[in-house]
Amino acid sequence: MTHLKAVNRKAARVIDEVQRDVVALQQPPPARPHFPLGCSLAFSPGWEADSTGGTAGLCQPVERDIFDCHLGCFWPAHVPDQLNHAPSWTAKCAAAQKDWRKLDLVFPG
Amino acid sequence: MRTEGTRVIVLGLREFHQFHAAGRQFLYLVPSAAVFELDLVAEAVIRVLSEAPRSEDAVLEALADRFPPPAVRSVISELRDVRAIGHQQQAELKEPKFLPMVPFPLSTMVLNVTNQCNLACTYCYEYGEDKIVDTENGKQSKFMSEATARQSVEFLLKESGQIAHMTFFGGETLLNFPVLKSTVAYARQRAAEVGKTVDFSLTTNATLLQPEIIDFLADNEIGVTISMDGPRELQNKFRVFHNGAGSYDIVAPKIKALLQRHRSRPIGARVTLTSDTIDVTRIYRHLTEELGFWEVGFAPVTTSPDQKYAISDRGFDRMLGQFNELAHEFQEQVAVNKHHGFSNIKDTLEEIHKGVSKAYPCGAGLGLMGVSTDGDVAVCHRFAGSDHHKLGTVKDGIDRTAQQEFLEQHHINDKTDCHTCWARPICAGGCYHEAHVRYGTTRRPNLHYCEWIRGWTDTCLQVYGELAVRNPDFLARFDRDEAKAEAVL
Repeated sequence: MTHLKAVNRKAARVIDEVQRDVVALQQPPPARPHFPLGCSLAFSPGWEADSTGGTAGLCQPVERDIFDCHLGCFWPAHVPDQLNHAPSWTAKCAAAQKDWRKLDLVFPG
Repeated sequence: MRTEGTRVIVLGLREFHQFHAAGRQFLYLVPSAAVFELDLVAEAVIRVLSEAPRSEDAVLEALADRFPPPAVRSVISELRDVRAIGHQQQAELKEPKFLPMVPFPLSTMVLNVTNQCNLACTYCYEYGEDKIVDTENGKQSKFMSEATARQSVEFLLKESGQIAHMTFFGGETLLNFPVLKSTVAYARQRAAEVGKTVDFSLTTNATLLQPEIIDFLADNEIGVTISMDGPRELQNKFRVFHNGAGSYDIVAPKIKALLQRHRSRPIGARVTLTSDTIDVTRIYRHLTEELGFWEVGFAPVTTSPDQKYAISDRGFDRMLGQFNELAHEFQEQVAVNKHHGFSNIKDTLEEIHKGVSKAYPCGAGLGLMGVSTDGDVAVCHRFAGSDHHKLGTVKDGIDRTAQQEFLEQHHINDKTDCHTCWARPICAGGCYHEAHVRYGTTRRPNLHYCEWIRGWTDTCLQVYGELAVRNPDFLARFDRDEAKAEAVL
C-alpha cells in the first residue's frame, strides 16, 4: 500500500489480510493454519484419459472437473465470465455428473 | 475497441464515511471500521467516483492532467482491496450473521442491591412513568439479602473469565451498605479460592457518603461513579428528595470529602441531560474545576418523547454543538499530553482505534448482566426484575435458550434501518432500554437520535484523525492498556 495509510488497528489488519499471497504446496508453512485444496489432494479424476486413450470410460465426465478447477482451486479453468456476460451459464447444471451436457458454449454478446 | 452492447466494468464507491482532520483526508470504512489516510491521488480518485460511477479508463482520463496513469491504477487497486470502491455490477458482500459463541464469559455483573431510593429524581426511569418494574408494589424484594448477594458472587465467579467486574447499583446503592460491605469481603475471599481476580465499582447519588463509607471505598479500591447533574440550580431541578427539596447542598460537601480521601481509583460523574439542563460546558467546568471530578460523562435522559424534559430534535442539535466544543477542548489538551476528563469521547476514541464493528450495541445479555434484588438475572441492570427480559437466576444459572433467542433477535443484521447508516459499526442501533421506553421493544433501533449519533461519531473521527497525526502516542496507550490487561491473564 503506497497511497493509503493504515491509521487504526483494524486498517492494519485489513492490509495484512489483502496482502497475503497464495501459498503453494511446496512453500514452507505459513504463520497461520493453511488448508490446501485442489485436485492433487482430493483424488479428482483430473484431465485424464481412460485406458483406451479416450474419455468415454472415465468414472466421471471430464466436464465435471471444470467445477473443481474454477470454483475450488487456485488454478482457474477457463470458463465464461459469470460476473458480467454469462451470469446464468451454470443455471441448468445443478449436478455436474448428470447435467454436464447442459453446459453450453457462450458467444460474445 | 469495445463492440457495442458489451458491458464495461464500472467502478463505484462502497460504504464509508469520509472525514477531514489535521489538513488530511481520511476514510472510515463500513462495516470493517478501518480508518485509512488518503494521499492526494487517492483523494482525487474518490472525488471522481463520487461524482458518478466510471470505468477505470474514464477515471484515468479524468485525472490524466494531474496524475500519471500508473499511480491512478495503483490507487484503484488499493481502494478495491480495502473495499472502499468496487465493481458496480458486483453485489456487495452481505455481512454474515455470526452469533457469538456461548457460553460467553461474563465480564461484568451489575448487582441491584436495592430498588429503593432516598431521592425522587423526577426523570428517573426506575420510578417515573416509564418504569418497567413496579418496585413499590411488585413481587421483588426492596433490598437484596446477603444470601442472594453470595449466590450472585458464586454465579459471577462461575461464569466469568479470569477477571470479574462487580458493580453495585440501585435504587440508591448505599441504602444497602451492610450487604455491599459483606459482599466485597466474600467475593474477595471466594475469588482467591478459585484463582480469579474480582474488581468492584458502584454508582451512587452521594447523599449517604459518610466518612466510614468513604474510608471503606478508598481502602477497598472500589471505583465510584456519582450521578450528578452539575451546579446547584441544574442539580436541584430534577435530583430532589421525596419532599421536593434539592440535593445539591447535601451532596456537594460529601463529594468533596470523597474526592479528597479516595485516591486509589479515578472518580467520575455521570450527568443526565434533559431539555432543561443542556449546558454541557458549564456542567463540565463545575464538576471538574469546582468539585474536582477526574472524569465527567454525559447521557441524554431516557424517556418517552411526550415527557416535557425529553430532548427534542432541536435539543439534540444544541447538545451536539456543546459536545463538539468540549471535544475540541479535549483534543487540544490531549495533543499536548494534558489530561482532559470528558469521558464520552475517550470511550469512542478507543472503539475507533481498535476498529470495533459491533453486532450488538453493548455487552448486555452477553458479557454484562444485571441481577435484581431477588436474584433474577436480566439482560442488564435497567431490566433487573423484569420477567420479560429475564435470562435466568443466580441460583440456577443462565437460561441458554433465552440468551440464544435474545442474541438471535437483536443482531445488527436484523435492524434493517441501520443497514444504510455508516455509523452502525459503533452504534449498532443504540441502547435496548432506550428503545424499550421509546418504542415498546428492545429490538428496534433508536431512530430518534440517528442524526445525533452520526454527528457525534463524525466529531470523534475528526478528533481521532487529529490525534493520529499530532499525538499518536496517546492512541497507542489504548494498545498498551490492553496488552497490560492481557498480561494479567
